[in-house]
Amino acid sequence: MAARTLTINGTLISARSNETVLEAAREAGISIPTLCHLDGLSEVGACRLCLVEIAGSPKLQPACHTTVTEGMEVQTDTPRLKAHRRAIVELLFAERNHICAVCVASGHCELQQLAVEVGMSHVRYEYLSPDCSVDISHARFGIDHNRCVLCTRCVRACDEVEGVHTWDIAGRGTNARLITDLNVPWGEATSCTSCGKCLLACPTGAIFSRGSTVAELERDASRIATIVAARNERW
Amino acid sequence: MATASPREVPTDQANDKRLKILEATMKRHQYRADALIEVLHKAQELYGHLTEDRLLAIAHSLHLPPSRVYGVATFYHFFSLTPQGEHSCTVCLGTACYVKGAMELLAALEAESGLRAGSTSADRKLSLLTARCLGACGIAPAVIVDGNVTGHADPEVMRARVRALLDEE
Ligand code: SF4
Ligand code: SF4
Ligand code: FES
Ligand code: FES
Repeated sequence: MAARTLTINGTLISARSNETVLEAAREAGISIPTLCHLDGLSEVGACRLCLVEIAGSPKLQPACHTTVTEGMEVQTDTPRLKAHRRAIVELLFAERNHICAVCVASGHCELQQLAVEVGMSHVRYEYLSPDCSVDISHARFGIDHNRCVLCTRCVRACDEVEGVHTWDIAGRGTNARLITDLNVPWGEATSCTSCGKCLLACPTGAIFSRGSTVAELERDASRIATIVAARNERW
Repeated sequence: MATASPREVPTDQANDKRLKILEATMKRHQYRADALIEVLHKAQELYGHLTEDRLLAIAHSLHLPPSRVYGVATFYHFFSLTPQGEHSCTVCLGTACYVKGAMELLAALEAESGLRAGSTSADRKLSLLTARCLGACGIAPAVIVDGNVTGHADPEVMRARVRALLDEE
């Protein structure tokens, strides 16, 4: 694999030619915030938290979805990027009803962690306070739409790793909602194998195991990457 | 009723024929998954709206997950999962029409009909809909009533037309 040389935040780095800016940065020990990206799944570039500046391009580019090129000059932490990231996180909080104090994932939630990382002290936008439901029709799991950030990690984990595609998103804009099968309650979705991969992939407390209470839900999203890597070795 | 639309004749025979046409459309596309939008278009055109049974049958035929089919059917404004009214009035909210007062026009029609944009009256007489640019910007603001475009639409004139459709016997 051909090598590429680039700079990230002024540091000279070499990367493989098929790597993304995100991968190259991580290998060099530079962290870029992400949310919709999950190791082991395809990229959708949906959350825009990983936006970086690339010299010569007026547009910001998503690091998870941009391949490195020779001589690329990348900035990951400018005041402009910081302001955008904070705004994105605030918008995510304003869009649904995130009440960390009563959430199963509190303390183990990627959204909560991001809010800390970007220094979100308060939300400057009006809360939409949408009317969201909680579906606990499945025997083992539940989904609380109040906490869903529409990252589609569950959709991709179920489709790409379990090979099922129980989940998808219906509607658009503020009406967009995660659905199972033909918009039936999860417990009636006949395609679901109850494997729990969507639960592993979810960054927030939206998908939870039944019976877990406040701050009890700990899970390891990197297990998705482990499963994918183990499979690739076998085949 | 003078203007019975095809969807107003749900006899078994008509149903059969529509199923055959839908089946032929899928066959023509070799039941390919990427023909989903064309197939949904045809189903919507044939039945006036998409029922869950129909969506499930299409998912099976094209070997697509039901959630994907449902997601696509609810993403595009063109598709409707609820029966549409006998008459339809679509107000364009594209940029040109917006600038020429489409919002006030829509507000007037909402007030006159008591309907919110995107909904159908309880008696299924009228659906009040919106669109983004009908490609008729030169005559903005544009409104389509039962398939016919009206340019330079005047709120008072449109109000009267909507009232007439609602009051029709
Ligand atoms: S439990 Fe497994 S099969 Fe069921 S929705 Fe989640 S990922 Fe898909
Ligand atoms: S349920 Fe979780 S994984 Fe799925 S879209 Fe919502 S936040 Fe993302
Ligand atoms: S992590 Fe790159 S866009 Fe979400
Ligand atoms: S904006 Fe209304 S027709 Fe183009």
